[in-house]
Amino acid sequence: MSEFASGTLTAKNIHLSFGSNHVLRGIDLHVEKGTTASVIGPSGSGKSTLLRVMNRLIEPEQGDILLDGRSVLKDNPDELRRRIGMVFQQFNLFPHKTVVENVSLALRKLRGMSKEQAREDALAQLDLVGLKHKADARPANLSGGQQQRVAIARALAMKPEVMFFDEATSALDPELVKGVLALMTDLAKGGMTMVVVTHEMGFSRNVSDTVTFMDAGVVVETGSPEQLFTEPRTDRLKGFLSDVL
Amino acid sequence: MDLQEILKQLGETFLDWKAIGEVIPKMFAVGLPNTIVLAVTSGVIGTVLGMVLALMGISRNPVARWIARIYTDVLRGLPPVLTILVIGLGFGPIIRQLSGSTSPYPLAVAALSLMSAAYIGEIFRSGIQSVDKGQLEATRALGFGYGPAMRLVVVPQGVRRVLPALVNQFIALIKESSLVFLLGLLASEREIFQIGKDAASTSGNLSPYVAAAIFYLALTIPLTHFVNWIDRRLRTGRPEKKEPDEAAAVVGKGAQA
Repeated sequence: MSEFASGTLTAKNIHLSFGSNHVLRGIDLHVEKGTTASVIGPSGSGKSTLLRVMNRLIEPEQGDILLDGRSVLKDNPDELRRRIGMVFQQFNLFPHKTVVENVSLALRKLRGMSKEQAREDALAQLDLVGLKHKADARPANLSGGQQQRVAIARALAMKPEVMFFDEATSALDPELVKGVLALMTDLAKGGMTMVVVTHEMGFSRNVSDTVTFMDAGVVVETGSPEQLFTEPRTDRLKGFLSDVL
Repeated sequence: MDLQEILKQLGETFLDWKAIGEVIPKMFAVGLPNTIVLAVTSGVIGTVLGMVLALMGISRNPVARWIARIYTDVLRGLPPVLTILVIGLGFGPIIRQLSGSTSPYPLAVAALSLMSAAYIGEIFRSGIQSVDKGQLEATRALGFGYGPAMRLVVVPQGVRRVLPALVNQFIALIKESSLVFLLGLLASEREIFQIGKDAASTSGNLSPYVAAAIFYLALTIPLTHFVNWIDRRLRTGRPEKKEPDEAAAVVGKGAQA
């Protein structure tokens, strides 16, 4: 029972290099419909890049990406991205537009809704993240936590089948992290398929269904949160956990 | 020659009120409209061309980048006098043959437009490139293609940031429009500077130039202040009250602890 029309996402043997820098070295990731996969690992391990490859903001050099079992590499990448919502560390709201315009822009221009319909939909989406009363404010007049909730509403408005979170709470003041994590937890519980790149070990451990530990462009360990957090098998994960916990 | 005589001579040379009074009606009737038409049309064309150049300059296509680069380097590197003469006199005969018109006016507009496009292109390019990369990425992540993402999100932000520089360029254009006198415009096409120049040469007195100066300043000084106003507005934003909301909640929490 899901509130969302979620999909199953699979990345197979993804390779990517920037020049001589081999950033992703054969990554496999499988996220079952309605589940949350968190991806943890040290900075520069390729986690954020993996997200960008999976929605084809960056094209992989090798490997395959499947949504509901079907390869999406031959699809129009713009259409693929309409099916995958993405939330960024720096929010990336459009500063020249109001909060509700941030959410309704894609509805109007990509879904072809009328201005009124798009605004109505956007307001409903803002209501879900508790920010309907800020609809006509500018993003600059919102706190970081509120901005990130608007960014989540903006991504959700497109009714995505999968949501990507790229260190969504890393740029927030500590007291604002909780609200955003609570919203992400609600989405996960609501049956959204999510891939969460995060440094929030609490979220990774308590909310996600699977945890994947990446280092230097490879998946070092993957499994349930209990397996990874209580019985890490590799020295690299043990070292990482002792650094962050 | 004593001081009083010097002052008197200077006064007669520059502030001959009769000469100024005689030239002013013509400045209003002919010079001012022509200066405005020249500056505004070439400003508009230059802005459109400048945007094309800016987008070519940041394009992923190296040929487009090179064309924009060479165009900009050449047109920015030449003295305006030279560009106006070369375009006006060089293309004049061709236009005459093609259209039968002997007026150099369109060529004056073309020369001013092409020159300002080079500057405006650079202004737009720097503005667009100053927009955070995350903006394009977030727009594309929503499912927009490169073109729509640039048009709807990146370019509007970039342009907003360089509005002051853009208005400065319009001020420069108003001043540079005076150089079109070199092309020998018809009597009805003469702009502020040439009206002043004509009157000065017939009367042998420089006061008409002073009249021209007043007209230029009446156009450029308000624009300068307009630039400052936009600049301030962009820096501080529209005055908007920040609600206490979460900030206050934090203080509250601290107070409870």
